[in-house]
Amino acid sequence: MILSLCLILTSAVPTLAQQTEEVTMADTFRAEGKIYVVVAVILLIFAGLVIYMVRIDRKVKRLEKELDMEK
Amino acid sequence: MNSILKKSWWKIFAVVLMVYTIVAGLLFDVPRLAILNETIRVLYFHVPMWFGMIILLTVSVVYSIRYLNKPSQKFDNYALEFANIGVVFGVLGLLSGALWANYTWGSPWSSDPKQNAAAIAMLIYFAYLILRNSLEDEQQRAKIGAIYNIFAFATLIPLLFVLPRLTDSLHPGNGGNPGFNAYDLDSKLRLVFYPAVLGWTLLGTWLTSQRIRLKAINQVLDDQSEEHYIPTEKHDPELVSDTDQRSTYSRSAD
Repeated sequence: MILSLCLILTSAVPTLAQQTEEVTMADTFRAEGKIYVVVAVILLIFAGLVIYMVRIDRKVKRLEKELDMEK
Repeated sequence: MNSILKKSWWKIFAVVLMVYTIVAGLLFDVPRLAILNETIRVLYFHVPMWFGMIILLTVSVVYSIRYLNKPSQKFDNYALEFANIGVVFGVLGLLSGALWANYTWGSPWSSDPKQNAAAIAMLIYFAYLILRNSLEDEQQRAKIGAIYNIFAFATLIPLLFVLPRLTDSLHPGNGGNPGFNAYDLDSKLRLVFYPAVLGWTLLGTWLTSQRIRLKAINQVLDDQSEEHYIPTEKHDPELVSDTDQRSTYSRSAD
């Protein structure tokens, strides 16, 4: 019983491994290094948004100072 | 009082986590799974919308309870603005989910139990925002809003965590459990996913902090303009004749 269970389990492992190898991923895209361009573009846009938010924070702080809301 | 909102350390932390999410989310190794393929990386961007939404709406309901316990304008502002950003996250979660489903499930909306439940949950929160706007009196708005928010949150939990588990769903990780079943063993995904959830949530909190602070500024300005209020001819009852007064009163009684 346990032996047959072990057999089933061990026989299942290689088939699973075969299945995962067949799955297509963007391997060439990565190998060419173009993925770094995408990462850089997204980071640039994110940096721009962060700078914008920091500036809003500063503006809000100035308003709070003007209204004596500093606590 | 609300000084934590003005501190910058957690905002820097949010930015660091987000940069890590973007870089690691796109570059790190992920499990090779059929149908999902590279779209498995959506886990770092779409799923944190829902986790973030739940965290932000939990904060919102906590402030609603605190408001009912001890009514203050501040608690109401917090409850409203955290609910606002929670709804934004939820809508983005629905839209990104539909976009992703279009290419993996074959159609953007397949009336999957998870999609339907999430959409209903969003509608319940839209109703919260509309309900608030429909009430003129500030205290009434805050109080009714707080009570409604508690009910909305109480329906959100079964809609997202219980009902989709009762039926089959196409959603990854499903088949009895809409959680992380399929990736449970994958520490590679967790390594990016948890920082992503925290990063997105903190980013949402940052946006919320700005709105809360602006709201407080607005309220201070409103109070100031009330203090310096000079009755004009139109508003001063003494300058209005008796008949005019009666007609205004009867109109307001309507």
